[in-house]
Amino acid sequence: MTYIAKPKFHHPGLKKNELGYTHRDYEGKISTLCAGCGHDSITASIIEACYELSIEPHRVAKISGIGCSSKTPDYFLGNSHGFNSVHGRMPSVLTGANLANRDLIYLGVSGDGDSASIGFGQFAHSIRRGVNMTYIVENNGVYGLTKGQFSATADRGSKSKKGVTNTDNAIDLVAIALQLGATFVARSFSGDKTQLVPLIAAAIRHKGASFIDVISPCIAFNNHAGSTKSFDYVREHNDAVNRLDVLVGRDPIAVDYAPGTVQVVEQHDGSKIALRKIDADYDPHDRLGAQTFLARHAAKGQIVTGLLYVDPEAEDLHEHLNTVETPLNTLEADTLCPGSAVLDKINASLR
Amino acid sequence: MKPTDIAAPDYFHKVVDCQWACPAHTPVPEYIRLIAQGRYSDAYMINWKSNVFPGILGRTCDRPCEPACRRGRVEETPVAICRLKRVAADFKDDIKQRLPRPAAKNGKRVAFVGGGPASLTVARDLAPLGYHCTVFDADPEAGGMMRTQIPKFRLPNSVIDEETGYILGLGVEFRGGHRIESMKSLLAEKYDAIFVGSGAPRGRELDIPGRKEAAANIHIGIEWLANVSFGHTDKIGKRVIVLGGGNTAMDCCRTARRLGGEKVTVVVRSGFEEMKASPWEKEDAIHEDIPILNYMVPVEFKHVAGKLIGVTFQHVKAEFDAKGRRNLVPSGDPDQTIPCDDVLVAVGQENAFPWIEQDCGIEFDKWHMPKVDPKTFVSTNPKVFFGGDAAFGPKNIIWAVAHGHDAALSIHKMLSGEDITERPLPDVQVSSQKMGIHEWSYDNDISNDKRFKVPHRDKVIALKDIRAEVELGYDVKLALGEAERCLNCDVQTVFSTSLCIECDACADICPMDCITFTNNGEEDDLRHRLKAPSPHPDQDLYVSSDLKTGRVMVKDEDVCLHCGLCAERCPTGAWDMQKYFIEMTHAGSTCPTRSRSAA
Repeated sequence: MTYIAKPKFHHPGLKKNELGYTHRDYEGKISTLCAGCGHDSITASIIEACYELSIEPHRVAKISGIGCSSKTPDYFLGNSHGFNSVHGRMPSVLTGANLANRDLIYLGVSGDGDSASIGFGQFAHSIRRGVNMTYIVENNGVYGLTKGQFSATADRGSKSKKGVTNTDNAIDLVAIALQLGATFVARSFSGDKTQLVPLIAAAIRHKGASFIDVISPCIAFNNHAGSTKSFDYVREHNDAVNRLDVLVGRDPIAVDYAPGTVQVVEQHDGSKIALRKIDADYDPHDRLGAQTFLARHAAKGQIVTGLLYVDPEAEDLHEHLNTVETPLNTLEADTLCPGSAVLDKINASLR
Repeated sequence: MKPTDIAAPDYFHKVVDCQWACPAHTPVPEYIRLIAQGRYSDAYMINWKSNVFPGILGRTCDRPCEPACRRGRVEETPVAICRLKRVAADFKDDIKQRLPRPAAKNGKRVAFVGGGPASLTVARDLAPLGYHCTVFDADPEAGGMMRTQIPKFRLPNSVIDEETGYILGLGVEFRGGHRIESMKSLLAEKYDAIFVGSGAPRGRELDIPGRKEAAANIHIGIEWLANVSFGHTDKIGKRVIVLGGGNTAMDCCRTARRLGGEKVTVVVRSGFEEMKASPWEKEDAIHEDIPILNYMVPVEFKHVAGKLIGVTFQHVKAEFDAKGRRNLVPSGDPDQTIPCDDVLVAVGQENAFPWIEQDCGIEFDKWHMPKVDPKTFVSTNPKVFFGGDAAFGPKNIIWAVAHGHDAALSIHKMLSGEDITERPLPDVQVSSQKMGIHEWSYDNDISNDKRFKVPHRDKVIALKDIRAEVELGYDVKLALGEAERCLNCDVQTVFSTSLCIECDACADICPMDCITFTNNGEEDDLRHRLKAPSPHPDQDLYVSSDLKTGRVMVKDEDVCLHCGLCAERCPTGAWDMQKYFIEMTHAGSTCPTRSRSAA
């Protein structure tokens, strides 16, 4: 653990975003995770994405559970709202917060233990309901805080640091998210920021349940030969279907790409995602196709990354519930409780 | 780009900007750390070895180190390196026991013309090796221009006495009041070598109408300062004009303020910004209520019956020709006459060697300067060496010291029968600073303090006493605060490609965005692909060999804080913080000449 605070000085030539902030202004406290942890790179990517989108830090609520991954919201967006909830309960706390104040940007940060084991049900229901959020799982395949036991996402047949082979089947959170109806599904790798940063930015701009599974090697317990979540293994088996650029309020700049290889996806809020296809046949609008594609490649031992599915016309929980545009937490008592005359009227209409 | 060769002594030396910029290459961060630890005597000795006059330079140096200081690229102001040097001198204990002992004589005799910083440096290096050194100076005491031209309110005699005394105490023979009038007769005395460190002793004239008629009240700056220094001059008229914009002009005007000058004005030909004087010397003059008027060219000394009454100036403006050269052309405003009682002319200094006869084997160039080799400082007479202002014209003390070290080495090599053109490599030591997982043997926590001001004596008191030193120097507390501002640029970030697993931890934590992992390319292209802009191409890029993914690690050395966070967050120890100590090889040290590898 580093004992000194990160120096306040920054590069004198750092660019500022539309709000006049540098990316350093989106940092939090210095990380207390092990040196080299993949989670720190995800932290850096979230910082970069929020900086690039010129997000006002006070417009963000970052919510997490328990685990190495769930510590990370302390290390980014030091001026945002945060809630470090009970183990595995991030999704329900986030859902509640979202219902109370629909105006904030919700960032759910969780790990494989938090989301695939103790909070598996919570994960499933928040996705199923279409809560407008960005749900990031920092997935390292081990329980790092309890010294490296296999987690529910560890691949069958992979080896622990001590050489024990995992005999349980793995949960693929991306496959589950697709099945449960998430409207933005992606997988990425902590060691590939050029792919990860725009994915996070696009997910934040997506209205609906966005889910990103980020493979994040655990330096202390899961970065050895025989692991399927080590830097070397992921780099060797990474099968990226596409790369993307997020364009907000600008026309897509596609001059650098060969014609036909760029697909522009316009989201609900007018932002655009320019997808550079790597796999020409891959269609990110085909949920069923994505599921098959994933299963087929998983069987070959490949880790599919990129934007796997997006529904640009997605709806969220508030639309399903037909709530008012005004955040509920700002409504006054007389609006929320209009009195017995109104109740009588409603009751009468149901008779 | 090719992988950076960090074994080349110059690579990391350049990263220590202050040391690289210092003509004598004083190990600045090393002595600043010692000051922070309260080890003032140790800090003093590092300086003494390298720049010979820490107490004098700590008050008067032109500080080429400070504009180079990395801190100045990170925030507004550099570390007050010069004034910290003075702290070491002010707070040290008695260091006499640490000085070299006068050595048994080796039978070789070296003569020195002039007893200023260049000569004394050569003598300091040669005397402990057994050379019999004889220093001749026209003035009664050693020190040269340090004693005669720098006012006592900037540099008290006690400091000069102490530091020249250390050198004369090494068994150097000083013959004061003995001006060398003939090189020929000096050569005839059969010295084994002669070093000329006679400075640039002649003040430049200003030959405009009225100069001869009003001569009684027109003084040449450096001569006047010397007269003040020796007590021959102790007053001046109430209204004084100082012509010239260099440090001598600043010394003249401030001295005039103390000798009765109530309305002292500095007038310069060019713009205020282009003046040769150091910014802090201009500030000090302005602080003493001395206005500096610019873009005014003196055209006539006005006098009535030989009594000076004023100086007439023509107003000019700067114009740039097609080649970008600046010319001063009349602005069209009417000439202006400023009334005055005395004028001090400080428009430059010149070298003068009327005492060197043409048939001494010493050749001169068309500017009447001796032909001197810039590395060995030998003249065309193999036994005669030049250094300081006498070699290449007026510079400042620290350059004279640097010349002196090099000339001493040449003299020693020549008299040892070695080839003087073969120069020794510097002594380099590299050592890891790691003490624990996240513990270093240097303070890596970066101070956010702004530069601390050096306390000054109250202006009313300072202006009354010409010998009262204006700057009081840092006290211990201020010195510690200022020392903490140093970024320890000599503690280098050293990268081992084979250990790197490309986890990005260093790039993520780096507060200055110095580190980028990217595909290799040509330097220009690479500089455009870094995480942060790279506005200083003179600052090197540290490039690794190819990593596993085929990319390279590129570090822009420009604004690295040397905080060591890259090494703290590195899981494999691919980054290490290693102290790089480089010291110039002086005469008599073991001289490593073959190439050697660092780290």
